[in-house]
Amino acid sequence: MPALKIEHVIKRHGTLETVSDVSLNVEAGERVALLGHNGAGKTTIIKMVLGLMPITAGDIEVLGCQPGSAAARKQTGYLPESVAFHGSLTGREQLHHFARLKSTPLKEADDLLDRVGLAHAADRKIRTYSKGMRQRIGLAQVVLGQPKLAILDEPTSGLDPVSRHEFYDIVEELANNGSAVMLSSHALTELELRTDRIAILSKGQLVANDSLQKLRDLASLPIKFKVTATNDTIEGVNQQLGGQRVNCQSLELVCTPDEKIGVLSAITALGPVVKDVDVTPASLEELYRHFSRVEEQQS
Amino acid sequence: MTSIISIARLELLIARRNLWVATAIILMAMFNVVLTVAGNAPTGVLGASPMTIAITSITTLSVYLVPLIGLLLSFDAIAGEAERGTLTLSLSYPLSRAEILLGKFIAHLVVLGVAIAIGLALTTAIIVSRHGTSAIEWGPLAALYFTSLALGATFLGLGYTISSLVKQTGAASGVAIGLWLIAVVLYDLGLLGALVTDAGGAFSKTIFPYALVANPADAFRLLNMPDQSVNMLASGLGAASSVTGFFGQLTSLLLWPVAALLFALLAFRKVEP
Repeated sequence: MPALKIEHVIKRHGTLETVSDVSLNVEAGERVALLGHNGAGKTTIIKMVLGLMPITAGDIEVLGCQPGSAAARKQTGYLPESVAFHGSLTGREQLHHFARLKSTPLKEADDLLDRVGLAHAADRKIRTYSKGMRQRIGLAQVVLGQPKLAILDEPTSGLDPVSRHEFYDIVEELANNGSAVMLSSHALTELELRTDRIAILSKGQLVANDSLQKLRDLASLPIKFKVTATNDTIEGVNQQLGGQRVNCQSLELVCTPDEKIGVLSAITALGPVVKDVDVTPASLEELYRHFSRVEEQQS
Repeated sequence: MTSIISIARLELLIARRNLWVATAIILMAMFNVVLTVAGNAPTGVLGASPMTIAITSITTLSVYLVPLIGLLLSFDAIAGEAERGTLTLSLSYPLSRAEILLGKFIAHLVVLGVAIAIGLALTTAIIVSRHGTSAIEWGPLAALYFTSLALGATFLGLGYTISSLVKQTGAASGVAIGLWLIAVVLYDLGLLGALVTDAGGAFSKTIFPYALVANPADAFRLLNMPDQSVNMLASGLGAASSVTGFFGQLTSLLLWPVAALLFALLAFRKVEP
């Protein structure tokens, strides 16, 4: 049984359909990223999963229970988009409160403050915290009690790269301990290495749902090569490989994924003339744009 | 139950650090002291006991201040959480909306209870220091304390209702101030105006007495005024006391907090985060 099962879910507000026939599963220990523009339906799906918003049609199961039921809520951790805890509480007071609500020992809350790097600031008022520190309190309350399903809505927006990195470390630990994690984001680059599967939403429809590698194959977006030689040799290299000169010692080549190995061996066959080679596969941004666009063309 | 206590505990922490609440409590304590001290001078002239005079002045003050503190504590309760995004989070936790509301209500009632108790304790202390322990009248004192709490609880509930319906802190505070003005000032003025134009007609005899006790602030005032001063204040309103009387005033003050909390729960249930 998947930790989260979304089957043919539709959400309508009057005549406006914000989520159209979305099906998505998240297994225990899996990290799934929900990607989409603003208004693509990410937050709507999350609210339906939490039972905060009624479903128009379709079915959602959270750990085999109805979304929003007491059993489902007990095992779910949630971090809302841009949450601001009350400024006049200290981090420890706020987290102790959440621990009491989750019937978790307060000791665990204290350990978590340490784990998210807030031990030194735990007894300071939250209003003195930086954005990153506030977000860590938010993450700490998700991890509290080791939920079977963790839902993070835009968890890293506004965080600096170091904070993001630490944030994903904790998310990874959560998944390694067997939690299913679903997170939404539009900060794309960070997701490449930090999630197991990527689901792309466009205008309420699920346009892609696979691992990054499979999505790359599916889209078969061009791979870029940048070959560097020296001022004297670049002309010869250009004649043999073709491609586009970018400056007096480099050139750029583009090929499809199945031509990749052929091009690579052609480059290495040139021997010591080649000083350096950069191979860049399609980035998540390009994939994301590709899948969003495909959907728009069809509709 | 543990959830309710945990929420109440958190709200108490927040209220303790709320500058508005602190200011209101200090203001109330100061007014109580001033009124008690000043009210002591004309004792001999009026021939009323010092406690009666103090209670009469404090009642007049509390009619304004207690609802104000109640609304100050409550207007932000739902709207503020909705704005900060913590409401969505709270609702994803395993606890019901009734528990959230009740937790907040208990905390805020405790704050009110402490605030009112500080004021009345100061009053009692001043009277004892001037007239000795024999001057204490526990009955009227207890009546004032508990009716103040009931009045405050009413405005807490109304504040939560506003907070749920309006959903924006700024707008909620505006509506709360409006409600306060209507309940403690404009309502009475309106009744007075109606009385004057009616000049002893049907309105004065049938509707007015009920309209008067229907306002919890007026019921509170009537209940705590010693008989003679009520008659003085409400001269010509003899009908008011005879039709509704003590029982009507008490019913009004007991029903209002319950009704206000029910309104709040109904409004809060409708809030979609």
